Amino acid sequence: MKLARASWNDLSRQQLMPTRQSLRKLKEKFPGQSQSTLLSIFSQEYQKQIKRTHAKHHTAEAIETYYQRYLNGVMKNAAAPVLLDLANEVDFAPSLMARIVLERFLQEKEQAIPSKTLINSMLRDPSQIPDGVLANQVYQCTVNDCCYGPLVDCIKHFINSSSYFLCTAEDQLRAKGYDKTPDFILEVPVAVEGHIIHWIESKASFGDESSHQAHLQDQFWSYWNRFGPGLVIYWYGFIEELDCHRERGILLKDCFPTDIVTLRHSMAQR
Amino acid sequence: MGAASGWTNKSKPSRRINPTPVSAERPLSKPKTCFTSTPVSRSPASSFEAFAAVQEGNLSSVISNSLQEEREMLKKERCKLLHQASSPAGIPFDPCTPTKPSYTRSASLPAESHLVTCANPAKVSCKKQLECLAQLYSSCIAENLVPNIFLELFFVLQLLTSKGTSAAEDGDSDPEISERNRDVSGRQHFESVHNCVYFAVRVLDYQYEIISHLEKGMLKLLAENERIASFSPTLHKRLRQAYESSTAKVSLLLPCSVQSVSFQPETDNRSNFPSDRAFHIFKKQRDIFYELLREWEDNNEKTGWDFERVLGNKIRAMMAHLSATCNHSHFARLFQKQLIQMCKGPVGGGASWGDTPDQDVLNMLGSDNLSRLKRLQERFVVPQSIRGPCPPPSFPGCQQFFRDFILSAGSYQFNQHLMDSLCLKILELNGLTLVEHEHSDGEADMEEQDEKKRFALALLSLRLLAKFLGFLVFLPYRAAEQPTRDLQDSALALRNQTLPVLDILKLLRQSIRDQRSILTIPWIVEYLSLVDHIAPFLDYYRKVFGLLLQVYRLMVLSEDKEMSFLNKLLILAVLGWLFQVPSVPEELFFTADDRQERFVMDAVTSAQALDFVPLVDQQLLYTCCPYLGELRKLLASFVAGSGGKNGGFMRKITPTAAESLAPKASVTQRKLQVDLEQAFFHNQPPSLRRTVEFVAERVGSNCVKHIKATLVAELVQRAEAMLQEKVKEEDVNHDKLLEEVCTHLYEEGAQALIKGREFCKKKGPEAVRVLLPEETSAAVLSSAESIAVELATERACGWLSANIAALIKREVKATFNRMLKVPGFPLAGEDALELRRDCPPGCQHCAPFPSQIINEIKDVLCVAVGPREEGEVVDCVWLECLLGRLSQTLQCRKFICPTSEQQLAKCTVELASLLVSDRVPLSLGIKSPEKSPERLPVKNSSACGLLKLLFSIWKEDFGTSVPVQLIFSKKNMAYLAEAKQREWDLFLFLLHGLIEHELMRTSEIQSCLHSLEELPWPSDFVKDLKRLSRVFVLEHQIEEHRTNPCELTRQSLATVTTQS
Repeated sequence: MKLARASWNDLSRQQLMPTRQSLRKLKEKFPGQSQSTLLSIFSQEYQKQIKRTHAKHHTAEAIETYYQRYLNGVMKNAAAPVLLDLANEVDFAPSLMARIVLERFLQEKEQAIPSKTLINSMLRDPSQIPDGVLANQVYQCTVNDCCYGPLVDCIKHFINSSSYFLCTAEDQLRAKGYDKTPDFILEVPVAVEGHIIHWIESKASFGDESSHQAHLQDQFWSYWNRFGPGLVIYWYGFIEELDCHRERGILLKDCFPTDIVTLRHSMAQR
Repeated sequence: MGAASGWTNKSKPSRRINPTPVSAERPLSKPKTCFTSTPVSRSPASSFEAFAAVQEGNLSSVISNSLQEEREMLKKERCKLLHQASSPAGIPFDPCTPTKPSYTRSASLPAESHLVTCANPAKVSCKKQLECLAQLYSSCIAENLVPNIFLELFFVLQLLTSKGTSAAEDGDSDPEISERNRDVSGRQHFESVHNCVYFAVRVLDYQYEIISHLEKGMLKLLAENERIASFSPTLHKRLRQAYESSTAKVSLLLPCSVQSVSFQPETDNRSNFPSDRAFHIFKKQRDIFYELLREWEDNNEKTGWDFERVLGNKIRAMMAHLSATCNHSHFARLFQKQLIQMCKGPVGGGASWGDTPDQDVLNMLGSDNLSRLKRLQERFVVPQSIRGPCPPPSFPGCQQFFRDFILSAGSYQFNQHLMDSLCLKILELNGLTLVEHEHSDGEADMEEQDEKKRFALALLSLRLLAKFLGFLVFLPYRAAEQPTRDLQDSALALRNQTLPVLDILKLLRQSIRDQRSILTIPWIVEYLSLVDHIAPFLDYYRKVFGLLLQVYRLMVLSEDKEMSFLNKLLILAVLGWLFQVPSVPEELFFTADDRQERFVMDAVTSAQALDFVPLVDQQLLYTCCPYLGELRKLLASFVAGSGGKNGGFMRKITPTAAESLAPKASVTQRKLQVDLEQAFFHNQPPSLRRTVEFVAERVGSNCVKHIKATLVAELVQRAEAMLQEKVKEEDVNHDKLLEEVCTHLYEEGAQALIKGREFCKKKGPEAVRVLLPEETSAAVLSSAESIAVELATERACGWLSANIAALIKREVKATFNRMLKVPGFPLAGEDALELRRDCPPGCQHCAPFPSQIINEIKDVLCVAVGPREEGEVVDCVWLECLLGRLSQTLQCRKFICPTSEQQLAKCTVELASLLVSDRVPLSLGIKSPEKSPERLPVKNSSACGLLKLLFSIWKEDFGTSVPVQLIFSKKNMAYLAEAKQREWDLFLFLLHGLIEHELMRTSEIQSCLHSLEELPWPSDFVKDLKRLSRVFVLEHQIEEHRTNPCELTRQSLATVTTQS
């Protein structure tokens, strides 16, 4: 899905919570875009917002306030979506809110700061949480959050591993001592839409201006510097105008290319 | 283009684009005093005053007596000619005109508006004298008595194309001048255009052989020149024939593909760096370097963009980083490789990004017109003027970037490393060997082409590298001003003590001895063209120049056995150019050195000799000496100027194919041989030795790779297993553990040598047999095989015995680090149950993506867990369909990975829990209730259907163990506890399903239920739970005797319902 810059601008300005209700609204507003593209763009914008406000929600006072509000809330009605509502109210991702409260809860219970692995494991599987009410609340948060949380991570992971069958994969390349490694290197280069490519990088996100620039700087040009021209697949689409380095050797696509020309072995011709 | 508008005598408008030379203003250039000097100009490319300025020095020439006579004669002749010629005003519009203070040799007339006089053979006077002069002059050219034969040819063509004035034509306009001229002997000989043209045509006739070897476009212009036709019909005819038979089409537009230097693990990976830090810093430097390069490419042609201002500080910061980690050698190698990559073509890059035409353009024009387009492009892209037949050395195109980079960096360390790197590469390329030439059949022809390409590539790379080496070597001595005599003497005393970086004198002597000067001289010339003003007077360089001069004198142009004509022409052209370079003192040419060296030439032509092989063609000649194109431009502008008579014919664009250079061939490293081997090879064809050495090198290297991939990989795997065991023990010291495991493996590492030997023994002979001729005798073959095996083994085992331990340690360490980084690593044992599976046969891998499925399941969970809106439901049919797609997705293993699959499994278990506790607001839609058992509500029957689907998916489709026990977690049981109407029948159905599909054992379920009873539930729920437990046990006992599960369910449900 290629998106013109103008419509992306419009889209990214939507102020919404990361819930399925918000996505539905987006879908109504932008009927032309696929759900996954909308989600990806929204998710990226939302993550930027969270990065900006992250610190605000992690002050000792904020944590204490959230925890007390949670306790009061479940005391009144344990079945109500207390945590989720709280997150929405203070404009913070539900999964992250769940993490804050869970961490605070465990700290009180164990009288020690819980390890990250333990927290992660409990977020992945809330039935490990010793308090049933909190388990439900946490689960409700992670399931409802479309930008953060173990399920979202898992979806991203799936997408990233979607084209594992091609060739020399990243781990193998690292083993050989490459200093920067794209997802795939083609040992025998192919031509995609008339452009020769030596590597493929798969991105489970939407290619917007800022993330693409960052990727160019940290990754794509580095790959070009080492392996020559290559292909980037933004599975959730990208802003059309960003595909401007084709001539120089960085190709953008939103799906696996179909127009592939491979080298005919000269031996076979003889 | 502006100049073209000056031609007023065009009879018809022409659509063609005239190749009008674009004149560079050279207000600061000071001509050299040498009578054959070239106009010296400030390189427009150069933004560095110091470098540009030194090229303008004025020499106080000390002219010795040798050849004085001949020289004087020539001088007089020229004097005569040129006194009558143009005023300095003529220079700006004719940049090809050599300038001198006293006179200019331009024979063309100053004002463009003058009509071209029609030269008439009948009006020629003093034919006899002119003939005599022509002979004399031609002999000087033929015997290489002039410093640059092409400069003379250029002059002759100027005469041929001189436009003349009415005054000159009449020859008697100014009696006073005529009178004075009579004093200067023979001045009147060149007063008229007719005489000039006559003289020129005579000389051209004598020099026909050289001319006939020039490129086709030039021949065409000569063949169509009306003056030649009218003055010498025979020459005209010969030229016509030469043109028609010529195949020497030249294109100076080589595609310049800007590519990066590829990362080669052998030289670039971590093991080549002293520390992690150095490695990572170099990683950054590489990226910064290309960033700079891209910035330069994008901007360098923009006005006001200044290299030093924009990039200078970035480059110096980079140098500081390199110095801090001693990474200069790595960077110098990258720099040098990139230099070759980008600059080996004549255009110097930046112009075209590869030669694949735009598809749109191709569609529009068709492939026929594409070549025309290419030609047109060439006219636009290839610089029209090279600033005369002897331009000063310059760094065109992309070379500019590299020169400016060196200057901005100003780093002694970097320069030193770069020089080291350049020297090594130059020596390597200079050692180029070609397979021997047997002109037997068609095949040899093909081989010859390949050889020619290889040679051209090596030569061009050598020239490029040598130019940069020369630039670096003489950079510290470069000065804006020509030093005074005193300064020069003291400088000489100082500098005579130091040794040259690269012993070019030795290389030059060797090349002459081995008859390889066609490869060596052209690059030595490039190197020397960048000398400072003092260097040529140093004892060492004096010898070099003396030797070059001798070569020049002796290289009489004719086709002979020792050297092909074009090879000679190339050497003469580059040497002639060198003698005109401003910093090369002209007295060098005219001073006969008494200490003439005797040429030592091998009596027997060695296999490495290149001079006799016809390696140079016009393409290479013009690529190396683009200034030869000035001859053609001179003729072309004459044609353009002479109006309609010739106007049309240049419109034609002769198609030329841009020849791309073949990928660089590697020169195999020479290896030392034991004496016996030497003897063995002595009487064999050289190709045998090369083959054996090649095989040894490749097999040895492959052997190491093979050992790495097999034995080492195996050992690392075992190490991984060992580490995984031990790392779980509490408080292990990782370093110590690593050391322990490695020591254990080192012993087995010794096997590498045995395996290596086996590998070489197996692969070496195979390769040798394939590569040697069939007819090779058995004895020779077996000897060659054993030598190849021996060398390969030596190479491989030498490396392995020195490095195997370190290699194992490095790999194990890397694996260990990766292992520790895996999230949740200590729990690795938990996931060990995971089963590996493959796609079903014939799988097209077109199942829905897992990401899509998990996304949709997440949505269902979302609705189930809430909060949800009024009336929000999950369509039952849609959910069934989703589970169906899940099944497909899981069956195709292509996109599934263990951790994600685990997550997916967890989600489905969650879904089951939510289903049995009536948390999923199923909409029944049009689902037909027919099949449902009578006593079940319709809703439950759809939930049952979904559960059945889940059972099958869990059992059949998941490749990982499904955590069904989560159903009994406190959280999930709470769903049931909180349900308004507890669906015990559905829960029982679920339990039976689990057993029936062997997902859990009865005892497991029993214990799960039992432990659930311990938890603090509402009292009624505990009661229900206990009842359920009893029923379940009861059912299970009955089940052992019954076969129909549906019956069972009905019975059990009845029991529970009545009880609750």
